[in-house]
Amino acid sequence: MKLTVNGKSRDYAGNPFKRLIDVLREDFALTGTKEGCGEGECGACTVVLDGRTVNSCLIPVAQAEGKEVRTIESFGTPGKLHPMQKAFLEHGGAQCGICTPGMIVSAACWAEAPGPKNDATCRQALAGNLCRCTGYQHIVDSVLAATKKKGGKKRARR
Amino acid sequence: MPKGSVGTSPIRREGTEKVCGLARYIDDYAIDGCLHGVTLRSSVAKGRIKSIEFDKSVPWEESVIARASDIPGGNYVTLLENDQPLLADGVVRHKYEPILLIAHPSREKAYQALSHVKVEYEAETPNFDIDGGGRVFKDILIEKGDPAAGFKKAWKILEGEYWVPHQEQTYIENNGMVARVESDGTLVAHGSMQCPYYIQKALKAIFALPDERVRVIQATTGGGFGGKEEYPSMLAGHAGLLATKAKRPVKMIYDRSEDMAATTKRHPCRVRFKAGIAKDGRLVAQDIDVVMDGGAYMTLSPVVLSRGALHATGPYECPNVRVRARAVETNTPPNGAFRGFGAPQTLFAAEVHMDRLAALAGLDPVEMRRRNMFREGSITHTGQVMGISLGTAEVLEKTVRMSGWAKKRKAYAAWNKAKKPTWRGLGVALVHHGGGFTGAGEVYLASEAGVAIDREGRVRVLAANTEIGQGTNTIFAQIAADTLGLPLERVDVAVPDTHVVPNSGPTVASRTCMVVGGLVHRAAGRLKDAVLAAGGSFTDAKKLKAAAAALCEGKPERVFIAKYEQPDWVKWDDKAYKGDAYGCFSYGCAIADLEIDRSTYEVRLREVFTAQDIGKAVHPLFAEGQIIGGVVQGLGYALLENVVMKDGGMANASLTNYIIPTSADTPPFKVAIVEKPYKGGPFGAKGVGELPMDSPGPAVCNAVAQAIGKWPAKLPVLPEHVLELVS
Ligand code: FES
Ligand code: FES
Repeated sequence: MKLTVNGKSRDYAGNPFKRLIDVLREDFALTGTKEGCGEGECGACTVVLDGRTVNSCLIPVAQAEGKEVRTIESFGTPGKLHPMQKAFLEHGGAQCGICTPGMIVSAACWAEAPGPKNDATCRQALAGNLCRCTGYQHIVDSVLAATKKKGGKKRARR
Repeated sequence: MPKGSVGTSPIRREGTEKVCGLARYIDDYAIDGCLHGVTLRSSVAKGRIKSIEFDKSVPWEESVIARASDIPGGNYVTLLENDQPLLADGVVRHKYEPILLIAHPSREKAYQALSHVKVEYEAETPNFDIDGGGRVFKDILIEKGDPAAGFKKAWKILEGEYWVPHQEQTYIENNGMVARVESDGTLVAHGSMQCPYYIQKALKAIFALPDERVRVIQATTGGGFGGKEEYPSMLAGHAGLLATKAKRPVKMIYDRSEDMAATTKRHPCRVRFKAGIAKDGRLVAQDIDVVMDGGAYMTLSPVVLSRGALHATGPYECPNVRVRARAVETNTPPNGAFRGFGAPQTLFAAEVHMDRLAALAGLDPVEMRRRNMFREGSITHTGQVMGISLGTAEVLEKTVRMSGWAKKRKAYAAWNKAKKPTWRGLGVALVHHGGGFTGAGEVYLASEAGVAIDREGRVRVLAANTEIGQGTNTIFAQIAADTLGLPLERVDVAVPDTHVVPNSGPTVASRTCMVVGGLVHRAAGRLKDAVLAAGGSFTDAKKLKAAAAALCEGKPERVFIAKYEQPDWVKWDDKAYKGDAYGCFSYGCAIADLEIDRSTYEVRLREVFTAQDIGKAVHPLFAEGQIIGGVVQGLGYALLENVVMKDGGMANASLTNYIIPTSADTPPFKVAIVEKPYKGGPFGAKGVGELPMDSPGPAVCNAVAQAIGKWPAKLPVLPEHVLELVS
């Protein structure tokens, strides 16, 4: 089967029921996507599938056939950080870092989506991504800072 | 001279890799020829193993199987007492006890193989009751004054019983380890961990190997909170055993349910608290009885208990005290280290009891604490004279001010009388937390940390303390850079690897910054003196390089080591449990503002206020991150986290059924950092990691008490528990 991963067309010939997370990590060596629970509760495995965030531990790769997958690796690189990644660095949004890739993928998608951007909506939007280290405040600070920098200020006041 | 970095918040050292998804946790390593190891665990809580049968339809030659009889050295995991087997040998004492190990090139097939091994047991009656007569791992008695006489003089006496349950650390990265044997016979363990040298010590005993043949390396670690203090020694032993037998690298990564069910948790604890007060609200006597459930093996229970006993009075002076504390055996998976290490359990009882005493005395809860809290010259139940870096009053008053205490308490009293859809409450808790190992513990540890300089003049910190999210890498670099007067980016921090770094002790007990940071500071001081004596300078690159080359004497680098020295103000008698339990304490206060739905009984936090005295915030952003993160774990303990034990095992071992706080459950915070410098810590710093865990539980219960007029005496405060209290 064919799927697009981070802009590149990829072939996959293995078991179609293999979880998307395992295909990404094992077959494509994209280990930025993490597994925290394997049951759709923690969000560490969050990736973007055709524009929507999904838990890649719950999805058989067959469901991604012909679709476009984006993982943390496509958001930015050390030399060219995504504004969300930069904000996480500056505001203490990452501690142990295991939740961070999934958190940033979720946060970056939320920042792009329409709707009011404030503390309460941010906390609701990230409720599917567990973090045991930060207590969330610095994550919310990071996400709102990045959202505002992108000209989201107007939205934030709505 | 560059501007100092201590007290500023530079970017996290390994942060860029973390935000880009490039940081490598142990499961991210693809290892050639690697097998996947899995564990067959006991399905009964107590019994004898009668037989183990392997299903003949499975091609077992594809797998490597290891059992107790394959262990070359001692079949135990080294800790306080070596009573815990690496693999059960004929007898099981708790559910999920490891019995044998299987490795296979395919992870999936390894798991499948487990279901084709049948173990027959001769089950025995297990004991799950702390009063059930199990082995007593440790029994502590601390006495001060004359409690009987004190109670006789008391104006009023109040008794209460409190219960706190298991709590699961729930780091988001499960335990994981890779082991391999090098061509020279060196056993290498690489994985997620807090304490490389604990693992090294355990592996030496299991494999009967000398120091230099066991190498332990930390991989990026996705959280620990105590849960990766002792357990990784077991896991490294398992992976090592399979790797030795298979002669191939073996990776063992737990899935969430195995990690939750089989690894350590916070000790459940019962506290019976009796206190007498004088008419003015002052304590005259305390009699505190503590029992902790240690689980099936001793592991760290005696030291967890010790910390519990040493914090059991709360941060209050009382002339007559008796604390009796025991840790007992039950047939459940051994409990272990979890942030706070016994203190959150006993402080919960102390702080809820203090609130009830305030009501008895007719005093405002804050005023009650003002009258009793440690002041300069106060004497603790072990006889420690308080005065060094004492922040009780400041954290209390700051938190009270931030929260608008008096006004809000009044408003909520009125709110609760009016017919509103909710009850509201504001509750306070004041706590202390001793930094570093108890008493003479740091003397026994005799930690060493180093700072090295290479021929180019590049500086590197060498310590075994692990970065587990709290900021070790960044903070050690800050301390060394400021000591030397170097810009931060010119200092590296070595990855903890027992072949490279000295044994600076475990990453536990809020000791990394305060104790080991102090060693880094001193080692850097020695390096500085040597460089200056060799004609070098830290502001002139050329001179530095020349001095560095001279100091290295042809070798690649020169290491300066500092060894732990007990501060001269710390005197401790471990037999009598008397003296200075800790060099100093950190202090914290939390005020919880919450409301309870009158129809669903659900508790919703509105806001949380906290001030914490940590001596000096070396990195204020990280310190705040530790405080908020710790408080949220404490709020989870208070309101959500409910380990359901059934037949001696965790019945809800999944993130679907064991609920930890999400961003939506977590309220906004107001945090104030108080800095009462400690002369024994680098730049005045004292412990910060565990303190934030101590106050949320009691603050929440005390707020619930304002809301509904009754104090919950156990955690977590679930809706059904609130319903019980109001009806
Ligand atoms: S690993 Fe997919 S949600 Fe936790
Ligand atoms: S930073 Fe550790 S789990 Fe979020």
